[in-house]
Amino acid sequence: MDLANYVPSAFTSLLKNATELITFAYDVPFARAVVFGVHIGGHLFVEGLLLVVIIFLLSQKSYKPPKRPLTKKEIDELCDEWVPESLIPPVTEEMKREVPVLLSAAGPHTIINGKKVVNFASANYLGLMGYEKLLDSCTSSLEKYGVGSCGPRQFYGTIDVHLDCETRIAEFLGTPDSILYSYGLSTMFSAIPAFCKKGDLIVVDEGVHWGIQNGLYLSRSTIVYFKHNDMQSLQSTLEKVTQDNKRAKKLRRYIVVEAVYQNSGQIAPLDEIIQLKEKYKFRVLLDESNSFGVLGKSGRGLTEHFHVPVDKIDIITAAMGHALASEGGFCTGSHRVVDHQRLSSSGYVFSASLPPYLASAAIAAIDVIEENPQLITKLRDNSQILSTGLLGIQGLELASDIMSPLVFLRLKTSTGSLKRDLQLLEDLADRVLKEHSVFVTTSKRSIVDKCNLPVGIRIYVSAAHTESDLQKACESLKTVAASLFTD
Amino acid sequence: MITIPYLTALTTYFSYVLLFVFGQLRDFSSNLIDWWKPSNVQVRQGYAPICLGLEDFYIRRIFLRVQDCFQQPISSPPDAWIDVVERVSNDNNKTLKTLGSVPSFIYFGRRTTKVSRCLNLGSYNYLGFAAADEYCTPRVIQSLKKYFAGTCSTRVEGGTTALHSELEEAVANFVGKPAALVTGMGYVTNSAILPVLIGKGGLIVSDSLNHNSIVNGARGSGATIRVFQHNTPSHLEKVLREHIAGGQPRTHKPWKKIIVVVEGIYSMEGEFCKLPEIVSICKKYKAYAYMDEAHSIGAVGKTGRGVCELLGVDTADVDIMMGTFSKSFGSCGGYVAGSKELIQYLKYSCPAHLYATSLSPPAAQQIISSIKVILGEDGSSRGAQKLAQIRENSNYFRSELQKMGFEVLGDNDSPVMSLMVYNVAKLPAFSRECLKRHLAVVTVGFPGTPLLLGRARICISAAHTREDLNIDSLSSIATKHRLFLSSASALRWHNPSPSSAFCWHDLKLLSKSFSLVPTSHVLACSSPSNQQVIGLPRLKINRVRLALKVKLRYKPRDSSCFSFGFLMKTYIL
Repeated sequence: MDLANYVPSAFTSLLKNATELITFAYDVPFARAVVFGVHIGGHLFVEGLLLVVIIFLLSQKSYKPPKRPLTKKEIDELCDEWVPESLIPPVTEEMKREVPVLLSAAGPHTIINGKKVVNFASANYLGLMGYEKLLDSCTSSLEKYGVGSCGPRQFYGTIDVHLDCETRIAEFLGTPDSILYSYGLSTMFSAIPAFCKKGDLIVVDEGVHWGIQNGLYLSRSTIVYFKHNDMQSLQSTLEKVTQDNKRAKKLRRYIVVEAVYQNSGQIAPLDEIIQLKEKYKFRVLLDESNSFGVLGKSGRGLTEHFHVPVDKIDIITAAMGHALASEGGFCTGSHRVVDHQRLSSSGYVFSASLPPYLASAAIAAIDVIEENPQLITKLRDNSQILSTGLLGIQGLELASDIMSPLVFLRLKTSTGSLKRDLQLLEDLADRVLKEHSVFVTTSKRSIVDKCNLPVGIRIYVSAAHTESDLQKACESLKTVAASLFTD
Repeated sequence: MITIPYLTALTTYFSYVLLFVFGQLRDFSSNLIDWWKPSNVQVRQGYAPICLGLEDFYIRRIFLRVQDCFQQPISSPPDAWIDVVERVSNDNNKTLKTLGSVPSFIYFGRRTTKVSRCLNLGSYNYLGFAAADEYCTPRVIQSLKKYFAGTCSTRVEGGTTALHSELEEAVANFVGKPAALVTGMGYVTNSAILPVLIGKGGLIVSDSLNHNSIVNGARGSGATIRVFQHNTPSHLEKVLREHIAGGQPRTHKPWKKIIVVVEGIYSMEGEFCKLPEIVSICKKYKAYAYMDEAHSIGAVGKTGRGVCELLGVDTADVDIMMGTFSKSFGSCGGYVAGSKELIQYLKYSCPAHLYATSLSPPAAQQIISSIKVILGEDGSSRGAQKLAQIRENSNYFRSELQKMGFEVLGDNDSPVMSLMVYNVAKLPAFSRECLKRHLAVVTVGFPGTPLLLGRARICISAAHTREDLNIDSLSSIATKHRLFLSSASALRWHNPSPSSAFCWHDLKLLSKSFSLVPTSHVLACSSPSNQQVIGLPRLKINRVRLALKVKLRYKPRDSSCFSFGFLMKTYIL
């Protein structure tokens, strides 16, 4: 029989039976009996019956599925049966790829495979590498303090040059205080979790580098991405998150951006960001790794570039391994921001401090920047020469800002897969290095990196590059690109 | 497992409560007075306060009061003796004024030029390579001139110099693995490598006292994390069995892979990892072993090759060996060593290799040179001497401390030793008294340790001489602050009116004659502290519950037992 017909008919027959039973109960003689002058109505009988049923049900044990834990033997078997994946995936050709080994300092000109090449692969923006002043300060520091600091900052790893360096950076940027980290990469992923906790709201550019991504992940905050360097997208995102979230006003809210994006070379429009930030009452966390010492009239970074007072930005971080030609990183901001990190920032508390000679190098580098503003002008000119020189390149297009010393070339038409794109670009870079002795690199991407911007050729311009170096780079890239992309 | 006397736990909690109450009072009043301060202005404008909650409260109201005991700047290399720069506070550390406003209160506004020469018992300068070295320093300066201080570039771009290749070979050879990868910072090594090795569907079984970098790396990986009791192979086995049998949570799919993460020497305890047992368990259950040798590489083992050498474990059994150069080698950076394929894979995928500036060349040279010294390749026997010296120094100092009556954590041969202080108020007192007597000792409280387990930590160096280590002043400080926990205070609690004569040695005698047997919760400490069971009150901090169990069992030779025990449970909080 059809189920659809069967169910209602079964139900009606059940109902019918029940009614019959009840009428029968009413009709049986003792249901109408009168005991001690009280009429025992049929309903009383039914209620009594129900009560009995309830009591019966309550007296029963509730049903529990029998628990049978695994026996020792079963666990043994399971453990024997379990086959783990191998620790690493099988090694492919691209993993075996060797990187060029430098036989001299990574200055504007370096030696690879015994051949002198022009180096566009080091973010030695101001050409401070090899500066006599830096060398002297490093040497005297090495002689005085040795190499390592042999301890975290809390435990006798604070050397006086660390304090001097912190003061110098704060003084240079015009912020109240700053804090040194022993590694550029750890700066962001330690500073972000110190200020963002579960529940906080972070609006972040989708093109940020892995250090920031990792910091965001570790903070466990609510993360909302906006389109890469797109202020309209930022505004709509801010509008959306503040409207959607009624509690948003009580949360800590941040906008996280990079000044010059490592992954695209674009410059964040800080003036617009500041307007939006003030409108929606967000705090700004700015990574100046590629702009500190580079942008602005005197190298004070993005804030100077856009004539924005530095105290509008709550937290600024930067790596010292680029323009300062040292290593490590710093975070700067108000006293509150800095001092909070001294006990809450994991990369600061749980790591050995920066080797003192690198702190001395950073101090000396800032001195050099202050004394030689022409380096910054030179760098800007060089960046523009290279960027404009590369404009008509075949098969590639300029993704970076014309002011940015990090020149980023991406494919005009992607092959559709990141791997093949990268392969293509690496072939190009290899040929440029081999045939023209110009050292440029591709933006390789780790498997854990969630950035989805296109990969490209990354060229770091330095103030130490001569005009002929730049011309050589432009020409060689153009010739190789022309032979590779014959369309 | 650290046990804490009941009374001490109570007083420690009491001092926290006291600090908390006064802190709250201060917060209340400062909120009234400081409404005009910039941070408060921001809040009134509609921003949530940038520093929130108990963490911020702890820093402002508890840490700041004693901050002179931390982050003391030094103006010399972190060698056997250091120049500690004296700092002054214009406001007696209390400072309604400094909190959040004008002068930087981390070093109190101004630095004096006065220094005091102190014995360095705090730095991780195990082999004495921190200061300028006759062999290393000239080579380091040479490298500086050749390669400069930094490369301004990542390893895959223009940051791999010939020095880096040489270093990787030297490190692989030193630790006894086919290949190695070097990064610029130890912390980053852990936190960037774990995420590429394991991800969702994987299981990380981590020792409960693992370093923060491992915790961060594990969290960053997205794998499931389970913790096993500190250095307890049996519990590791239990956890592994339970999880392999149970599979992934909810889906019960089998795990993709399991990585067991341990440390060679636990830096806050000074204990060696029970590596042979753990490695055999890993083998049995097909889990990969990951060992962080931050403190042990270079410092222990006959030729300085770390705990594998010391405990006789084949390095092939440890799949991933990680370590740092900022300790024994007196440099900076970290490494990971493993099979050739592993390193190839890491070089292709590890963010620390792809995105971070490469290790500074002079630092790389320092490591190469110091490895050469350790292995005797510099043509002298200085390396062997250093290794013998650190071993001798550590064992001597440990036994001295034990003789004095301190409760010392850690194993013999380990250069790291922790003196349990427990009481939060005693920490700064101990630190200040030590500094007054020209001893630079590190005291660690929360958040470095659990709330109740504040301690002083001593790191011995090969640069220390025997005369340096003859320290009587420590014992006078300890008497002053009643730190002899391994005897007196434990006993004092058990025996309401202890006569002064009834001390540690009496206890020993007593235990000999009565054969004191602790209950099932036997301390996992070394033997001297095992005998302190008469005051055994032990505490499980993680449950915020004091479970006190003292059982005194009279056990004559004929083994007819008479026992009495009592059990007491106190709930705090």
